[in-house]
Amino acid sequence: MIAHHLTPDLMMAYSAGTLPEAFNLIVATHLSLCIPCRAEAESYDALGGEILESSEMSALSDSCLSEVLGMICEDPAPETATTPEEDPVFPAPLMDYVGGRLEDVNWRPVGMGVKQAILATSPEATARLLYIPAGTAVPDHGHRGTELTLVLKGAFADAGGRFARGDIEIATEETDHMPIADMAEDCICLAVTDAPLRFKGLLPRLAQPFLKI
Amino acid sequence: MIRIRDQKDQAAFVELFRHFAPRVKGFLMRSGLEASLAEECAQEAMATVWHKAYLFDPSRASVATWVFTIARNKKIDALRKQKRPEPEDLAWGPEEEPDQADMLVLQEETQTLGAALAALPAKQRELIEKAYFGDLSHSEIADQTGLPLGTIKSRIRLALERLRHSMKQK
Repeated sequence: MIAHHLTPDLMMAYSAGTLPEAFNLIVATHLSLCIPCRAEAESYDALGGEILESSEMSALSDSCLSEVLGMICEDPAPETATTPEEDPVFPAPLMDYVGGRLEDVNWRPVGMGVKQAILATSPEATARLLYIPAGTAVPDHGHRGTELTLVLKGAFADAGGRFARGDIEIATEETDHMPIADMAEDCICLAVTDAPLRFKGLLPRLAQPFLKI
Repeated sequence: MIRIRDQKDQAAFVELFRHFAPRVKGFLMRSGLEASLAEECAQEAMATVWHKAYLFDPSRASVATWVFTIARNKKIDALRKQKRPEPEDLAWGPEEEPDQADMLVLQEETQTLGAALAALPAKQRELIEKAYFGDLSHSEIADQTGLPLGTIKSRIRLALERLRHSMKQK
């Protein structure tokens, strides 16, 4: 049962299409796992539909309609056959960005057994997969912007509570936290930040430029 | 829209085009696209409406909602040169005719939502529009405590019932 959900502002911005790509990815991944949030996100689309319906009309050029009628007579670009591949850990939108399944991830060690893989998105925000061995703590850190962490496998706990598969933690500037992975199982998360993290200790801070976090 | 989907009815498409294309163009211009690009995107969006008509499900979304999502994706493509990650398709139960009752409830709910939006005080309405036109970041949306999200509460309940219902049929 998912206990930690998306906030209305994120779902509204996802529906409006104004989030950075990395945020869109984590929202789409959470929605793939969470029925209540999916229902809410669809409702923001309905709100968008009503805004469109009441939008001011803008005059079209004379040839606009005939050009479109020309476009619809052409055969559409052939649909790329989507292989309904599945992965027990990665929902479909995440598989797209990983380019495969869990075993295809190109992990890089970042110390203390923690590994990460940065996913290719637009530069306004960063999306990374984190691999945290069972029982391991991620260094205490604050944030300059927003950090979203979605659990895909295992679980972690911090001051905000316990987070398991499908749960999303939303950390803002005010949040200082030290997530610790459950003892039972290694934890895999998708983490998205719109500004570099701020680690408290000196060493992690020195390492920051190299880790790209 | 159903005539477009089921009979590839061009006359119905022209009707839909006349209603939505100028609105899509206006919406895209408010979102920061310059006029000729906005028109080009609106054309692409309307062509997509035709080509993807077979995906339209009237028990899931109103025509306006559906056109909006297509126009929104064109906007992201044009403004940010990005694709938009979409949630995984749900494993729906065996293909069924869209439930007539569901369609009616959704229609009613869409009207309620439209009316609620129209009845909002100008300031609140403007806030919602700003969010959709990209004039507010998500953290600015969160800061706007006056945002009347209650407006869509019943729509959310409806969507949830439908999703739970479809999942059960698996």
